[in-house]
Amino acid sequence: MNQLTIADRTFQSRFFMGTGKFGSPQLMRDALVASGSELVTVALKRIGLHIEDDDILSYINLDQMQLLPNTSGARTAKEAVLAAQLAREAMQTNWIKLEIHPDPKYLMPDPIETLLACEELAKQGFVVLPYIHADPVLCKRLEEVGTAAVMPLGSPIGSNQGLKTLEFLSIIIEQSQVPVIVDAGIGSPSDACKAMEIGADAVLINTAVAVSNDPVAIAQAFAKAIESGRLAYETGINNSEAKAIGSSPLTEFLTQSYSS
Amino acid sequence: MNSTFTPVFEAYSWEETAQKIYSTTPQQVQQSLHKSDRNIDDFLRLLSPAAKPMLEGMAQLSHQITTRRFGKNIQLYAPLYLSNECQNICTYCGFSMDNKLPRRTLTSSEIQIEAQALQAMGFQHVLLVTGESNHTVGTPYFLQAVEQLRSLFAQIAIEVQPLDREDYSALHEAKVNGVMVYQETYHREVYKTYHPKGKKSNFRYRLETPDRIGQAGMHKIGLGVLLGLEDWRVDSFFTALHIDYLQKKYWQTKYSVSFPRLRPATGIVEPNFVMRDDDLLQLICAYRIWNPDLEISLSTREHPVFRDHIIPLGVTAMSAGSKTNPGGYVIAPESLEQFEISDERSPAAIAALIAKKGYQPVWKDWQIEY
Repeated sequence: MNQLTIADRTFQSRFFMGTGKFGSPQLMRDALVASGSELVTVALKRIGLHIEDDDILSYINLDQMQLLPNTSGARTAKEAVLAAQLAREAMQTNWIKLEIHPDPKYLMPDPIETLLACEELAKQGFVVLPYIHADPVLCKRLEEVGTAAVMPLGSPIGSNQGLKTLEFLSIIIEQSQVPVIVDAGIGSPSDACKAMEIGADAVLINTAVAVSNDPVAIAQAFAKAIESGRLAYETGINNSEAKAIGSSPLTEFLTQSYSS
Repeated sequence: MNSTFTPVFEAYSWEETAQKIYSTTPQQVQQSLHKSDRNIDDFLRLLSPAAKPMLEGMAQLSHQITTRRFGKNIQLYAPLYLSNECQNICTYCGFSMDNKLPRRTLTSSEIQIEAQALQAMGFQHVLLVTGESNHTVGTPYFLQAVEQLRSLFAQIAIEVQPLDREDYSALHEAKVNGVMVYQETYHREVYKTYHPKGKKSNFRYRLETPDRIGQAGMHKIGLGVLLGLEDWRVDSFFTALHIDYLQKKYWQTKYSVSFPRLRPATGIVEPNFVMRDDDLLQLICAYRIWNPDLEISLSTREHPVFRDHIIPLGVTAMSAGSKTNPGGYVIAPESLEQFEISDERSPAAIAALIAKKGYQPVWKDWQIEY
């Protein structure tokens, strides 16, 4: 299968993971290992570099893993830019998952603030991966201001509702010149597989793994589903038909001899 | 923008609400339990006596909903009492003006010592608490304390007297994350008898406080009633009504609810309405099932056994090792507390307990710059 490249980094695995909601940092680590993931997102607000016991970074193998700090908690472009700068210092990476969701209920991303922040951060040399609604026009606007990838949502964060935005994701994938990572809402391996089949470059999953009864097993299940979906996409899938088509009823007459 | 909760509140009567709660049928509770999206009327049914026999099912549902929304995490925080000066008479409170006890307001250096002690225990989220003494312990004092504590903590919330909108704006800009303000009771007449004197006797000013906090753009507003003053079911319905209104209006703000249950304190009367442990559990589950996004906080007022078992059932934040007297951690550990705490275990012990339950104790979940 093809490798995925974002900015200057290539990835074998197209399974990106989040670190929130786990019952313990040990469980998170085990699930990460089982997932084979090479990119993991961590909220800046959860990082306490001077507190030994709470330092989730110490449970992540930083040699193999691309850290993707996120700005969860920021409500404006200004706060997000500041958070990105703090994250760069704290986590020693210029990658940033831009999350601006001023609505604490459904955590819907603010498209206007996100575009403003993306432009500013790209100018400052960040590799920006913005979390956005599945809005094809916004994706093109983000490309124009230098985004490294786009991360449209499948359904609200943590909802496990799957790909409610499927049609729009397809449009985004069709038009995009940067990698498309489906983020948020993926609840089951079949959702992840579907996202990959329609041509997503990667998926990011957190809740569905973190709150599973067995995060390690479900991480493995997701990893397989993602690989299957990608393989199918690269191979090409025959379009389905609503009914069997056995003959050519409309053009059969051409095969018959007749005289005019 | 300048409308408030008052007209919403006044459209309801205490007696009719009570009547609705007590005439709820088991069938109505079942209907509410089986819905996927619930409204304030469902909340009313879930806290009714008719729902009590369904408590086990409610607890399971509450657990499921909480896990999906918040994961297996419990946030830890500690109160930091800055002052027990108070010009209000609240007949149930240890700090009431007419109680004879030594009054103390921490100085800047005393705040520093107390705060460092909390930090050494691992706390990153702190709740600053005072009585109501507007001349000595007002917004300038709070701003100075916040300024000083910003480098020590990731999240600062306050539980102080109701303030004006401009005060909340200044505190928001100073990076205060949340404001807790409890109505004590939504029963207007009873409120008057419990708060006969002081600025707090103004029911409406207190009722409209969350509006002023919301207008100031604060990240979080915490509500609650003092459980035991009045019928907890009716009072909790009005609390939820208040949250429901605020959530739609100040949509960028998070909401939390707390459950101060009347505990013994110097000079106070016994609770008028006893709330049992199964009542409190029912209330917590009702809140969660009604509102998946609500933060639910449980203090050290509660018994260790109750706290141990409640962890997976809906709560999202717990205090630990709390002292409810100014200087209680280091400066003046022997001074009189606002109320007696019940769970005296150390923060480390509570964190270990949370981990043992399969949950992750979260000390830091905020960035002071937000």
